[in-house]
Amino acid sequence: MATQTKNRKFDLKQPRNIATLLSIIPGLGQIYNRRFIKGILLLVVTISFLLAFWDFIDIGIWGIFTLGTIPRDHHSIQLLIQGLISVIVLGFGLAIYAYNFIDARKDAEARAQGKPNPTLLQGVRDFYNNGFPYFMILPGFIMLLFIVVLPLVFMVGLAFTDYNQYNAPPRNLLNWVGFNNFIDLFQIGIWKDTFLSVFAWTIVWTVVATTLQIVLGLFLALLVNDKRIKFKRTIRTVLILPWAVPAFVSILIFSALFNPTFGAINRDILSTFNLMIPWLSDPFWAKVALIMIQTWLGFPFVFALFTGVLQSVPADMYEAADVDGGTRWQKLKFITLPHILFATAPLLIMQYAQNFNNFNIIYLFNEGLPAVRGQNAGGTDILISWVYKLTFETNNYNMAAAITIIMGIIVMGFAFYQFRKTASFKEEGRY
Amino acid sequence: MAMTQKTKSKIEVAFIYLFFLFMFIIIGYPLMWTVMMSINPGTNMLVTKLIPDTITFEHYLWLFTDPGSDYLIWYKNSLIIAVLNALGSVVITSLIAYAFSRYKFFGRKYGLYLFLLLQMFPALMGMVALYILLTTIGLVDSIWGLLLIYLGGQIPFNAWLVKGYYDTIPRELDEAAKIDGAGHLRIFWTIMLPLAKPILAVVALFNFMAPFMDFLLPRIVLTDPNNYTLALGLYNFINDQFSTNFTRFAAGSILIAIPIAIVFLLLQRYLISGLTAGATKG
Repeated sequence: MATQTKNRKFDLKQPRNIATLLSIIPGLGQIYNRRFIKGILLLVVTISFLLAFWDFIDIGIWGIFTLGTIPRDHHSIQLLIQGLISVIVLGFGLAIYAYNFIDARKDAEARAQGKPNPTLLQGVRDFYNNGFPYFMILPGFIMLLFIVVLPLVFMVGLAFTDYNQYNAPPRNLLNWVGFNNFIDLFQIGIWKDTFLSVFAWTIVWTVVATTLQIVLGLFLALLVNDKRIKFKRTIRTVLILPWAVPAFVSILIFSALFNPTFGAINRDILSTFNLMIPWLSDPFWAKVALIMIQTWLGFPFVFALFTGVLQSVPADMYEAADVDGGTRWQKLKFITLPHILFATAPLLIMQYAQNFNNFNIIYLFNEGLPAVRGQNAGGTDILISWVYKLTFETNNYNMAAAITIIMGIIVMGFAFYQFRKTASFKEEGRY
Repeated sequence: MAMTQKTKSKIEVAFIYLFFLFMFIIIGYPLMWTVMMSINPGTNMLVTKLIPDTITFEHYLWLFTDPGSDYLIWYKNSLIIAVLNALGSVVITSLIAYAFSRYKFFGRKYGLYLFLLLQMFPALMGMVALYILLTTIGLVDSIWGLLLIYLGGQIPFNAWLVKGYYDTIPRELDEAAKIDGAGHLRIFWTIMLPLAKPILAVVALFNFMAPFMDFLLPRIVLTDPNNYTLALGLYNFINDQFSTNFTRFAAGSILIAIPIAIVFLLLQRYLISGLTAGATKG
């Protein structure tokens, strides 16, 4: 059996193999199959693709390897981008090329089985039917590639170059430096210290702020859901308000409220207890303020989510628990919590991922300040706001990119959990 | 015994209400404070009062009438971006989601994985490249460049959301239509779209509101005050000289916060049901 398959594979007398082989030049296989119009179309597409993109791809691929050879003449960053675009275009080209092989082979097989060649109209219709999902996706997919994927890949590329304030095109050429930026990040004193302290605060921030908002949201959802509570609609509406107000407005308001000189918190509230807390200038108190603000901003989403899911807990489960004499605590622990946490786990994980990258609150509250001696990030900077500063304020593009990659790896950890949790993939193959 | 049980329950309920009251104050105080700031006379934060001696609408008037105020220009810019973003995102995502929900094709599964993954990467991570790309195609410092980024960036999340909703529309409907001879686009147009109106309305509305709320992308992309969106313009009110313009900022913010909050409160339950459906049922 095995030898038979092998023989079949290498038998050049088989039309399908001849067609496949001829397709090395796109279109010839189709012409061999006597599908002339399709063959000529493919040939024209191939020639125009080569004419249009050959130079672009040639320079792009050369650029991605060398990043240019003549300073001022070659712009390394533009070459890098052109290189990445070339890879994408080349990918599309190769996809068409692969389609050409598969198509020629399939047609040859159909012919060998004695099926008549479809008419032109039939052929176009088949093409439309088989290609339909791709046509639907293509516009969005191309946008996604260029607006989301390409920039991310570019960032990955930057992390392995020496692009910074002092070494910037067009004056200088960039070089590939391998993992040097990562090594610097972990070995050079100021980078190492800054990275470790920013990283530690990012983790604390993500865990504490997100957990607080989830706990508060859960607690409130359970309270509002209590049968004895009236005016549920009003209470719910008020509790969702912080989510409804645009976050940038609320954060800026809080930033003013916490201002030590004119902010209302020190001036109107804490002054009655003779307290003055340096909310903006002391890293510790700034962090406390940030966590409180994020809890204020974030709990309504969790609250709304849990309120929605709570309605779907089957009532008979509670009735059964009542019959068995279950206490309130037991009902909560064994029925309510497992039910709602299971239903919302992926969304809660997303909350952690969002706070991990919550640039807005850090930057708008205090721009990551106060400054801290001996490090080049502010006291409340998390990784993403540090990256922002490195990019747009001090132009340390290479280090910013390296830190972005580390963040990306962490985010992928969240995403990986998400994949396993997301039930929709289990339905795969249903149709 | 029964009596004590009842009193205990009453005390408990009283405490719950007390806690709600506490939450109301915490939620209401900053919002109230902003309203009060906006009707305080003058711009000096040190003399503003929570309950002003005289109420004034000078800051609102200033925003609309003063020649030095760009507020209306920003409103116009935001509105243009918002309308086009809402329309564009509905067109793009409804098509993508249709393919992912109803067709089996090579790359479908990886496409879904890609959407899930990309949802978690904020635009900021690729900001340098986006800036350079926009410069190359001449769209930096332009609301069109900003619009393009919004349209591309919303795809992963919204395609997922809409696909989740499409999946809940019974497949028998489009199969019956197919038997009756309806083509792909006809099924999409006459069956899917009308049934998916609620989720498409949500996508449209949230993409309409996003440009009013986003601050980061405009800050990176736009430099000319004539191209600012509202969020960026308002931020600069207080960023330039913090305490002097805060009352104007308060007035300007209230004028965006109120319409957005109302729309949001009316629609948030659709978002929640869309999110939970997409995440748990797919």
